[in-house]
Amino acid sequence: MTITQTQTTTKSAAADERVAKRSPFQKLLGRPEIGALVGAIVLFVFFALVSPTFTQPNAFATVLYGSSTIGIMAVGVSLLMIGGEFDLSTGVAVISSALTASMFSWYFSTNVWVGVGLALLVSLGIGYINGWILMKTKLPSFIVTLATFLMLTGLNLGLTRLIGGGVASPSISNMDGFGSARAVFASSVNIAGVDVKITVFIWIALVAVATWVLMRTRVGNWIFAVGGDANAARAVGVPVKATKIGLFMGVGFCGWILGMHNLFAFDTVQSGEGVGNEFLYIIAAVIGGCLLTGGYGSAIGGAIGAFIFGMANKGIVYAQWNPDWFKFFLGLMLLLATIVNLIVKRRAELK
Amino acid sequence: MNANEINQQTLLQNEADPLTHTPVHLLSLEGVGKHYGNIIALSDVTMAVDNGRVTCVLGDNGAGKSTLIKIIAGLHQHDAGTLNVMGEERKFTSPRDALDVGIATVYQDLAVVPLMPIWRNFFLGSELTSGFGPFKRMDVEKMKEITLKELAQMGIDLRDVEQPIGQLSGGERQCVAIARAVYFGAKVLILDEPTAALGVKQSGVVLRYILQARDRGLGVIFITHNPHHAYPVGDRFLLLKRGKSIGYYDKKDITLDELTAQMAGGAELAELAHELEQLGGHGDVVKEVKGEVADVSQTTGKTYQ
Repeated sequence: MTITQTQTTTKSAAADERVAKRSPFQKLLGRPEIGALVGAIVLFVFFALVSPTFTQPNAFATVLYGSSTIGIMAVGVSLLMIGGEFDLSTGVAVISSALTASMFSWYFSTNVWVGVGLALLVSLGIGYINGWILMKTKLPSFIVTLATFLMLTGLNLGLTRLIGGGVASPSISNMDGFGSARAVFASSVNIAGVDVKITVFIWIALVAVATWVLMRTRVGNWIFAVGGDANAARAVGVPVKATKIGLFMGVGFCGWILGMHNLFAFDTVQSGEGVGNEFLYIIAAVIGGCLLTGGYGSAIGGAIGAFIFGMANKGIVYAQWNPDWFKFFLGLMLLLATIVNLIVKRRAELK
Repeated sequence: MNANEINQQTLLQNEADPLTHTPVHLLSLEGVGKHYGNIIALSDVTMAVDNGRVTCVLGDNGAGKSTLIKIIAGLHQHDAGTLNVMGEERKFTSPRDALDVGIATVYQDLAVVPLMPIWRNFFLGSELTSGFGPFKRMDVEKMKEITLKELAQMGIDLRDVEQPIGQLSGGERQCVAIARAVYFGAKVLILDEPTAALGVKQSGVVLRYILQARDRGLGVIFITHNPHHAYPVGDRFLLLKRGKSIGYYDKKDITLDELTAQMAGGAELAELAHELEQLGGHGDVVKEVKGEVADVSQTTGKTYQ
């Protein structure tokens, strides 16, 4: 009896000791987005030093706008990656959504809001189909979404030429509802003399909602679980299929918002666009600390990743460097960010 | 929890329940079998589980232990015999079905998500919520509090339920999984080789949790290949070999030595001795194995050639 008691006391004492060792600073280091945050600060200071214009409100609003167009998608893609899946069709799905809205309203001469509504259905549908095929076939999401990517690329080009007779969608700026749709998806808000694009606010709102869902709702718990260990999740009664399909549909929803922005900001949509953008969203999520294997990450991390992307993209211009170098920096940043994430995560877990 | 009112002693003697006139076990299997294509994974298994009793399923690798628990846990469906819960015939189509009637399984891999905090794992799939409609959220504070309390009751004192469950030791993780099942009102707790990957001391800790779960009135199915772990905690023992039941004993009818001997398989040992002899050379090994065979024959009262 005495022995047991001693054992228990030593054990609990040891456990407490271990807990006490983790300082708030180390806890902060354990957060998924910390690597990205450090990177973002370094990059911000760097561009602020080399280019005086970078920190001016107008220029900064432009940086934020650039970040938001990546960031809106990065929200959905981050959640999907935490859920353990991957979507290569996002870049062209954005264009598909924009084309649907534009071509439908134009061809049937309806109010553009009808097209916008249909585009939402199409975007959610693409997400649903991706998720459904994935869950049915149990193929890797890389393959399934690569197939969707190719099919959508073809459909975008083919249908646009078939219906509109060109490679770009016809102009819809004179149609009913264009003004109001533009106000919702592509207007600017004047804050203290600086025009801030509405996408920035949509982006921030989406990040807030996604973070809340992830950290404070049952669904958030399920997202972490299906990404961390789908079998374990299934065994304790988590609806794995529904969660994953829902995540793909979430990506579709984000794609719809961005697609509508593209449409109403530029009036016409080039049907061949969007190819390659899917990687930008994935890069933003990865820089933000989402694990490629799933089960770990945050929506805020994805947002910081998108912000880093926006800063590098516009910062190079403000620093008056040749933008040719941008891709090189992007690649370098991706590599550094993932290595930092890896090291930070390992150290935090060890301590 | 109707089952609490049923007298265990009557049940153990397999007598009729006074109300229903049928022997009611919490869970019972009658001649259950399962085949995958032309491979017979399990055939004719009969066993019973009661409140506050531990039924041990013993068998070597490939004996059909996993198939058996998968049937009880609802991951697979049996295709022969009957599975009764509280005397009512059932066939589970999903793990959720089994969970709904109170059958919880603690798998070998524990069904925990290593990167997730302990409290999230504890409530995974059955989260507590507050609020309505789109503002329905998890009651995080309450969940953390309950996790801490439930684990403390199991004898694990954690201060930080935020740490990833992957950081806990194997025994502690086992304990979290058991505590989770107990908290969520499991009536039958299936433990799939909980001591397989653990050291001696950790195994002792887990065995103590099994007894705690039993004392709380749960029916426990303890799957193991170690008779030394099974005997001290078990009330009934089902021995499996090559998908068949080779014995089903109450504790009063079997000793640890007999159990070990049955498990060790005297026939296999005798065969091994023959083979080694034929190969020649390994004189000392042959002698040792033969000694073992003699021991086994002595305890089981059978002779092996």
